[in-house]
Amino acid sequence: MLKRFRENKATQGTLLISPTLIFMIGLLLIPLLLTLVISFGRRAPDGTVIYDFSFDNYIRLSGIRTECANGAAVCFDPIYAEILTRSLTLAFNTTVIAILLAYPLSYFIARAPAKKRNTYLFLILVPMWTNFVIRVYAWMMLLRTQGVINSVLGWLTGLVGLSFTPLEILYTPSAVLVGMVYEFLPFMILPLYTSLEKIDLSLYEAAADLGANRIRTFLRVTLPLSMPGIVAGTILVFVPVMGTFIVSDLLGGRQIVLVGNLIQNQFLIARDPTFGSTASLVLMSLTLIVTYFYTRKFGFGEEIISA
Amino acid sequence: MNPHRRSPFVLISTALVYFFLYAPIIVLIIFAFNSSRTNVLFGGFITKYGPLQMDGSTVTQSPCGQFHWFCELAKNSEVKTATKNTLTIAIISTLTSTIIGTLAALALQRYNFRLKSFSQVSLYIPIVIPEIVMGIGILVLFSQLFSFLNNSLSLAGDARLTMGLSTVILAHIAFSIPFVTLIVQARLQGLDRFVEEAAMDLGANELITFWRVTLPSIMPGVLSGALLAFTLSLDDFVITFFTTGPGASTLPIYVYGLLRRIITPQVNALSTVWVLVVFTVVLVSQRIQNRGT
Repeated sequence: MLKRFRENKATQGTLLISPTLIFMIGLLLIPLLLTLVISFGRRAPDGTVIYDFSFDNYIRLSGIRTECANGAAVCFDPIYAEILTRSLTLAFNTTVIAILLAYPLSYFIARAPAKKRNTYLFLILVPMWTNFVIRVYAWMMLLRTQGVINSVLGWLTGLVGLSFTPLEILYTPSAVLVGMVYEFLPFMILPLYTSLEKIDLSLYEAAADLGANRIRTFLRVTLPLSMPGIVAGTILVFVPVMGTFIVSDLLGGRQIVLVGNLIQNQFLIARDPTFGSTASLVLMSLTLIVTYFYTRKFGFGEEIISA
Repeated sequence: MNPHRRSPFVLISTALVYFFLYAPIIVLIIFAFNSSRTNVLFGGFITKYGPLQMDGSTVTQSPCGQFHWFCELAKNSEVKTATKNTLTIAIISTLTSTIIGTLAALALQRYNFRLKSFSQVSLYIPIVIPEIVMGIGILVLFSQLFSFLNNSLSLAGDARLTMGLSTVILAHIAFSIPFVTLIVQARLQGLDRFVEEAAMDLGANELITFWRVTLPSIMPGVLSGALLAFTLSLDDFVITFFTTGPGASTLPIYVYGLLRRIITPQVNALSTVWVLVVFTVVLVSQRIQNRGT
């Protein structure tokens, strides 16, 4: 019996994977399926779920209304479409800014002497692992009307004898954008560094020998070879920005509603888990679609786990 | 050799991005020594024997000197409970997910079984979906399950099942497993199988081979997986937010609650301690990784 078990590799493998499968099925797949089931349900007056099979939540999210103010049979309420476009635009802008900021830095680290690289990476990891909420708080302190940035600007303009009206940055879309870039920048830097570091330096010699100038070398050698890093970084930045609600909550002052805020609001304030589940599934589908097409176009490297 | 290496553009942008990353953290730390209670304006550093401004009025010096806000923090009972919860969750979920994740890595790397590709794909899901989706899913599962059980077993009062530490721990184990597995798997890939085969040839059975040969050589991977699981758990806000219950708030949840009410430099003192802890953990994990390669 024992001998048979020892020789049966398949049974051993199944035994080793089973605790993981229990967690992945129990706390990932079943919850996702339940979210799907509930999204077709209805909300009871006391906030509990009535299991049903109706598309009401999906129709509500699409913005198509049958009760219209002007008496028309069907009209369009753009509120949720606006939330979705706002989130997508923000995720896109954050990603683009993160690529632009991360590229020179990652390049610098990748080309630094091997001994110093660890120190430079260490300096990226410390802010990255400093708690998310704490980092948002730091930006609240910086951006407030009486905050650090305004104080410094006021002091500087005072030095040159100009008058200064404090900038109202906190609770604006720009504050949310800055906060998002700050929160997720390290997730762009690390995969980009990994792919830049792998580039064979003799390629640069070859490019130089063939008479390519700096710009041409960058466009023809560095950039194409760093694409896996950009792809991995984009996924690691774009996906979480779409679902984050704290940054917009604390730096946007609740006026800037993103998909994450909509979901959180439905579960904790409006107490409609069915509509919240619908929004959550739409968010997941959107990010999976973006990830799928993006990786299919550019490939999916090991860089994704480097962060 | 490398045309871009000393390009001033690269140097200047690197310096600026590092400044962007660190300026907020430095400001946080400076304000932990703020002599003004409201923390909107910087009232100057607390001097060793200097007075503190409290709501406009001046009070006598603090017994803790410059570290006044750190002492206040240490006295704060909510912070104590939150710290205890955070560490309990992190330790239990790290130990569990490290063991389970390492077993999974062995299975995926060394064995063939029916659900292999399904298992591998399911491990990537938590990494590519937004955290809130997973958090919401677990919230829906537990709330539906608990209300069903509470009703069908007619539980009342304290016997009613509610979200709390145990639901948070289960959720943290679930999101940590994939990271541990992927890291240990990468380590196993780089491992020379001949060493294991040699041990077997010399008469060691599978168990002894695993214990004496395989485990010691994947240990750096297991340790960095464990450290990542620990950091992920300490750091997590979103999934904890949706799976926690009364009395089970963690430090990030506690800070989030504070930020929507009144803020004193205590939050900055807490942030300063947090940055120091992160600094140490990252340093240790880099040491482990360097020893491993």
